Amino acid sequence: MELDFEKPLVEIEKKIGELEKSAQAPDAQFGPEIAELERKKTELAKEIYAKLTPWQIVQVARHPDRPLMVDYLGGMCSQFIELHGDRCFGDDPGVLGGLATFGDYRVVVIGHRKGKNVEENVKFNFGMANPEGYRKALRLMRLAEKYRLPVVSFIDTPGAYPGPEAEARGQAEAIARNLTEMSLLQTPIVVVVTGEGGSGGAIGIGVGDVVLMLANSIYSVISPEGCASILWRDGAKAPEAAAALRLTARDLLELDVVDEVIPEPPGGAHRNHEETISATQKSLLKHLKKLVHASTKKLVAARYEKYSRIGR
Amino acid sequence: MGWFTKSKKPVEALPPPEEELWIVCSSCKAHIFKQEWDKNLQVCPKCNFHEKLTCYERIHITLDEKTFREFNAEISTSDPIQFSDAAEAYKDKAEATKTKVGLKESVVTGSGKIKDITVTVAVMDFRFLGGSLGSGAGEKILLAADYALRHSRPYIVFSASGGARMHEGIISLMQMPKTCAGIARLHRAGIPYISVLTHPTTGGVSASYAMVGDLNIAEPGALIGFAGRRVIEQTIKQELPNGFQTAEYLLEHGFVDQIVHRKDMKDFLASVLRYWQRR
Ligand SMILES: [Zn+2]
Repeated sequence: MELDFEKPLVEIEKKIGELEKSAQAPDAQFGPEIAELERKKTELAKEIYAKLTPWQIVQVARHPDRPLMVDYLGGMCSQFIELHGDRCFGDDPGVLGGLATFGDYRVVVIGHRKGKNVEENVKFNFGMANPEGYRKALRLMRLAEKYRLPVVSFIDTPGAYPGPEAEARGQAEAIARNLTEMSLLQTPIVVVVTGEGGSGGAIGIGVGDVVLMLANSIYSVISPEGCASILWRDGAKAPEAAAALRLTARDLLELDVVDEVIPEPPGGAHRNHEETISATQKSLLKHLKKLVHASTKKLVAARYEKYSRIGR
Repeated sequence: MGWFTKSKKPVEALPPPEEELWIVCSSCKAHIFKQEWDKNLQVCPKCNFHEKLTCYERIHITLDEKTFREFNAEISTSDPIQFSDAAEAYKDKAEATKTKVGLKESVVTGSGKIKDITVTVAVMDFRFLGGSLGSGAGEKILLAADYALRHSRPYIVFSASGGARMHEGIISLMQMPKTCAGIARLHRAGIPYISVLTHPTTGGVSASYAMVGDLNIAEPGALIGFAGRRVIEQTIKQELPNGFQTAEYLLEHGFVDQIVHRKDMKDFLASVLRYWQRR
């Protein structure tokens, strides 16, 4: 997928691609030319990305090529044992969780699961969790608490699934329960918003001692489209709504809702998974290192203080 | 115009304006004599629809007379993201609402007595921006929970809300974990928490403190749910049946403990509170 504001960048990328192809010819000498184009590309990417509007950032946050939770796990964890099911109703494919080894740490990971293509996305319900997904996450957090393992939660969802079965099985109760239980969970919780932080569906696994956001991720009480259709009766006004809602990582840092913004490589996370994942890993390790040495009592008290201050 | 306004009396002897005499039930459209309506605690005698109450009306019918003492009345709306749309700024909208409704936020909190048992209460008022969970409202609900914790008083929250307050953006969303953190501490300390869900309780309020009571009690017919009906219908591309997301539907699906008629609510709460008081 190509975003309109990335066109100049894509042009250069095409040229580089062509030159690289030609460069494979035995007598070709395009090395310096390619290096020059790469330099230009980085400059241009920095320039374009420094000036993105909130609505453009929404597009980047939803980019289908952005690294997904499975990519982060693959890139950061030396081991991952997936655990299924909420022990009550079923296994929500929209929520992924399990035991992981991450650097020197054993952690319990939970998060929204999006797909890499249409088939996968249909299977994972586009990362929109059902009540059993929130309950699976809570079950795994209880497991983390039992072994005093830190929880790492990956947020990337358009929102909790708005379906009749989700209502019947208590979507509201499932989210409410998680908010209540997470506030007193006797083990560290680190949350990282990697793409879309969609309202109640996001916060339902998003209460943490430390909350991190990727530079081009978003976090909002309502989607810009939803906001626009309520305020202007016109979903096409989403760009205005995106600006009004203050949903970018920079906004949330300013509003003291997140603790740190993780930088993305020039041109966004979708251009360079490796660099994005490595920056995320670095940040996560830094915070885990601090959190695992804190006393549980102090940790939980500080978590309460952190949330009770928001909006005070 | 209804049949009842056709007065046979001469023009000079016009009765008081109709709105003072009659109430039209917003559910079944029946015309009810206002005296009867009020005596029935604003419950329709024809269809049992429980009309929304203002927070002070709720306090009046729930607490013993002259026992209510309000907390944090000065806490008001704030404008954390300086929100405005094409038509108006949230700040102005909020000011206009305050003047019109006579409240500073969508919830009133305090302490009082129910049949001589001291309780802490929070009562939401749907007239104030749809009872939405602004940062001021979240703060008041948390502070009341904190008071209940420190004084070991049962906490009762009457919800009536469309959910989060869009105009306060992410700060409104964060009132969900914030209020739940207060409730969690009551759970841990063994202090009773009763959530009374009244019409309507949806979105971010249903998905936070309103759904995690030791007891979740609902008024008959109340709309209770997470996602809006229209959003669900658009998602599944079909119409939802009548009775979906009602108090009765939630009872059937296991999410409320009992549905209690408004006229019985005070007695019900008192009997539960007394049960908990026994040693
Ligand atoms: Zn009626």
